[in-house]
Amino acid sequence: MATDIIIHDKKDNVGVVVIEKITPKQDCKCWIMEDDSSTDIQSMDEIPLGHKIAMTDLKEGDTILKYGHDIGKVVKSIKKGEHVHVHNVKTKKW
Amino acid sequence: MEIPKSFLGYKRENGRAGTRNHVIILPVDDISNACAEAVANNIKGTIALPHSYGRLQFGADLELHFRTMIGTGSNPNVAAVIVIGIEPKWTKRIVDGIAKTGKPVEGFHIERTGDIGTVMKASKKAQEFVMWASEKQREECPISDLWISVKCGESDTTSGLASNPTVGNLMDKLEPLGVHLCFGETSELTGAEKVCATRGATKEASDKFMKTWSAYNDFILKEATDDLSESQPTAGNIAGGLTTIEEKAFGNFQKIGDCKFIDVLEPAEEPKKGKGLYFMDTSSAAAECVTLQAAAGFNIHLFPTGQGNIVGNPIEPVVKLTANPLTVKSMGEHIDCDVSKILSREMNLSEAGDKLIETTLRVANGRLTCAEALGHKEFVMTKLYRSA
Repeated sequence: MATDIIIHDKKDNVGVVVIEKITPKQDCKCWIMEDDSSTDIQSMDEIPLGHKIAMTDLKEGDTILKYGHDIGKVVKSIKKGEHVHVHNVKTKKW
Repeated sequence: MEIPKSFLGYKRENGRAGTRNHVIILPVDDISNACAEAVANNIKGTIALPHSYGRLQFGADLELHFRTMIGTGSNPNVAAVIVIGIEPKWTKRIVDGIAKTGKPVEGFHIERTGDIGTVMKASKKAQEFVMWASEKQREECPISDLWISVKCGESDTTSGLASNPTVGNLMDKLEPLGVHLCFGETSELTGAEKVCATRGATKEASDKFMKTWSAYNDFILKEATDDLSESQPTAGNIAGGLTTIEEKAFGNFQKIGDCKFIDVLEPAEEPKKGKGLYFMDTSSAAAECVTLQAAAGFNIHLFPTGQGNIVGNPIEPVVKLTANPLTVKSMGEHIDCDVSKILSREMNLSEAGDKLIETTLRVANGRLTCAEALGHKEFVMTKLYRSA
């Protein structure tokens, strides 16, 4: 059963692309690893392997959850299906 | 999968069990390397462990040197030890430390004898030891005799996605069976330190972790020209999709699964609180970290890698796993356990954990690791500060 995106934890609001890339408007299959369940999402952007996709709409100041943990804050609002990376998320550490 | 309850190991005098049966020639200091290597060359089946330090060290740095030397000789993967140093006092201190395990150990010092005379005397004893050790047989040992250390390296997004969680799955399954477990890499936990602290089994363990991590962070702030914000995550990490230092740290942290650590160890310190998971204060450099964990008595190592780290250790077998299909394809001779099918969902995390347990037990039973077959014997001492 192939998958396009892996989500670690049920709480996560991002998933990770595990195929070479996904393209805009692609209907993607997602695998939630924690409980071995499935879900779907339509992408908005081209997103390369290893990069993250927003599983929900996110506004400035929101917390990104991956592995069920806080990995940084949204600095520019993100729509469901968009690419999540250094252009719209920053560490809370510095 | 039903997890086997035993493996075939070498029972040692102190009740521990080894996955290997090495006779080592251990130099006390840098200038005794030549002698140690000559002895290992003379006597087949022995290995020398050359390194760069052991002179004019002092304080905590010297204590760490002795702890690493004595711990390496005391590791149950070692059947017998020849210790060679320039002078008698430090040589004897290491011999006496190793002798507490009850295993055969003998020391030689070079002063007043010279290399050639020392090589002759030490070679005669090494021959006796290796012929004695060669008669040792593997016996059935409970799986709780496994002391498993972990550390990842050359990580990429596949590490946090799949190979580190595979190690975590193995820990979750083996911890209830009474295995000793150890993770380290103080620096790589930066960003996840507060969550890591909550994984202490007791308040004491949690506080000890925060103290250890803070001491490291203070050292970085004191020595570095900038904080880690410019180097963590690295440009390569960012290109691969990692966004923040927290994300990188939590990827690393997947290696311990849902386990809680019962104590925090100094570098190379032997665990004293029984079965369970320990955190050790180590560098994140692969060879340094594994050398410290081996010196603490761990007898098999699991090493998840992304881009393909190739490290080995002379006494502790290093089992490599990866979830990166390109690494499997381009450097398969370094990979003991391929879990790349996780990424295509042809394998779930529990199946990957089972596959790693199976590989770990085969190696514990004697199957050579890729690193052993390729001759990787990286023995790297950790040095805390410059010598006098």
